[in-house]
Amino acid sequence: MKRRTLLQTGAAALTLATFGGTAALAESHGPVTAGFIFVGPIGDGGWTYEHNQGRVHAEEHFGDKLKTIYQESVPEGADAERAITQMALSGADIIFTTSFGYMDQTLAVASKFPDVKFEHATGFKKAENVGVYSARFYEGRAIQGTIAGRMTKSNKVGYIASYPIPEVIRGINSAYIHAKKVNPDVEFKIIWAYTWFDPAKEADAAKALIEQGCDVILQHTDSTAPQAAAQEAGDVITFGQASDMAEFGPMPRVSSIIDNWGPYYIERIQAVMDGTWESDDTWDGIGAGMVGIGDISSAVPEDVKAEALAMKDQIAAGDYHPFTGPLKKADGSDWLAEGETADDGTLLGMNFYVEGIDAEIPQ
Amino acid sequence: MDLSAINPVLLVASIMVSATPILLAALGELVVERAGVLNLGVEGMMITGAVVGFAIAVNTGSPLLGFVAAAVAASALSLAFGVLTQFLLSNQVATGLGLTLTGLGLSSLIGKPYEGIKSPTLPKLDLGPLSDLPVVGRMLFSHDIVVYFSLALVAATWAFLKYTRAGLILRATGESHDSAHALGYKVVLIRLAAILYGGACAGLGGAYLSLVRVPQWTEGMTAGAGWIALALVVFASWRAGRVLVGAYLFGGVTVLQLNLQAAGADVPVALLSASPYVVTILVLVVISARGHHGAPAALGKPFHATS
Repeated sequence: MKRRTLLQTGAAALTLATFGGTAALAESHGPVTAGFIFVGPIGDGGWTYEHNQGRVHAEEHFGDKLKTIYQESVPEGADAERAITQMALSGADIIFTTSFGYMDQTLAVASKFPDVKFEHATGFKKAENVGVYSARFYEGRAIQGTIAGRMTKSNKVGYIASYPIPEVIRGINSAYIHAKKVNPDVEFKIIWAYTWFDPAKEADAAKALIEQGCDVILQHTDSTAPQAAAQEAGDVITFGQASDMAEFGPMPRVSSIIDNWGPYYIERIQAVMDGTWESDDTWDGIGAGMVGIGDISSAVPEDVKAEALAMKDQIAAGDYHPFTGPLKKADGSDWLAEGETADDGTLLGMNFYVEGIDAEIPQ
Repeated sequence: MDLSAINPVLLVASIMVSATPILLAALGELVVERAGVLNLGVEGMMITGAVVGFAIAVNTGSPLLGFVAAAVAASALSLAFGVLTQFLLSNQVATGLGLTLTGLGLSSLIGKPYEGIKSPTLPKLDLGPLSDLPVVGRMLFSHDIVVYFSLALVAATWAFLKYTRAGLILRATGESHDSAHALGYKVVLIRLAAILYGGACAGLGGAYLSLVRVPQWTEGMTAGAGWIALALVVFASWRAGRVLVGAYLFGGVTVLQLNLQAAGADVPVALLSASPYVVTILVLVVISARGHHGAPAALGKPFHATS
């Protein structure tokens, strides 16, 4: 307890100093420490890899003024609280917890360390010293859905989902709506893997989907195992998830969603240095550059590529919202009227499929 | 639900691939336990095999060399277990658990530079006209060499234990080490050889995961397969043929549940995901209810020539 009190006092002193005004004063207190909690290994080639890239960018940007610490493969759930507490105790000024399943643990630790700033990725619960941030991945999913709908020959698209949470369901809906739009015969087969990262299971899931006739595999799990499975199968296309996964292009990987966290991390760490950090809610998409669309490979026909890029530009400019009515829910009830777009509240809590997806969301 | 979407031919083919790692590891552990030694370090040896096999395959470009290196590395690790339990008479359960922890830690250390790298994979064996047969050609005759090796190993293990003199001596050591010793057999050396063999098999199983089934290296990728292999030996009541049945059953349920989900089966997903483990527990209960387990009488008992 003593150690904690000491650190809290230290952190409070630092905050006071930075509020005091001059940058020189803040600098004299040594570098700011930013901590990162990762759900997988930084070598997963996907989600955690990109968060770590963001960390590296921040380090390069700030040089001596920033020290970063991180912990990999922290399980979601109770044990995360220990890891986050440990990081707060070791003197972090701002801690980024980078997976949905750290939500309650982040809040619990944050209440014990009022002077440490916390940033929780993809969550929806905030506090005085806890901000949330996420990216509008569903914008990228709309583009994937368009390419998938155009390119599938069997009209069966496989989707490896992780956990039934709003972020994942949003992605499935967005991809489905846009695949259906360009190909009315398209059908989605969804496997819930109940893991973010288990290469053997992800590979098995991809194989099961391919064996059942899917020639497009979308994944919302973090490893490159499904890419390897598709490559082995031959005539199957995939999309890089969270990271470019360019090593699997031009086939099977025909495009990707790239999470670009670097600028956000730099902005928020700068805010801590300036003493201007406030809890907020950031949800940026293609327009702000937080969601990148990886190079569309030569395996995609020119007209499809042009269509996908046109959609990307429209979304970036704010002219098109991927959830635009008329849309119905899977139970047949009305959701969005003609021309109406979904509000963020509904999207953040999305727990239903749109009409046409013939499956149940596991409860 | 559309069960017709599940193609039985491809299903059997993926079951064979999915079952091979645990089959190899369980066959090795079977021989170890038949010699009277309980090595709980299978998980650690498997993951060591997975990482070393992957590293060597990437560096040399030859997956077969990777398999060989995996077998060597995992049996080197098992040698530590052998020396501790056979010469220094340490507790086998504790040492085995220690071996698992060591293997997991060591593998993530060795594996750091190999994360996110692609490996050369094992080519499918071309069995000529056999592979072109309808149905069975795709189902049974279009796998890589390790799948057939594992099947041959089942037959070889069975024949070795049942028909050869060496097999008889090994079993005698496992049933009563004092009698074997009195007959002039070198109990400690026989057990050490069995432990090394078990390590090699576990290493091959691990390498099959990282080089064929996934194929890539990621930390902790065996995800409990070693423990399943240990359970399989009990499940099989220490017989090679039943290890094969058990491994394919387990692999089968694992693959089938993913296929059922993709086909839209109206069963709770959580139940499907848990089903392989539920089936394993059920079979273990049935076996112990029958009374006769077939466990080697001296299993797990330390031996010293002076006692």
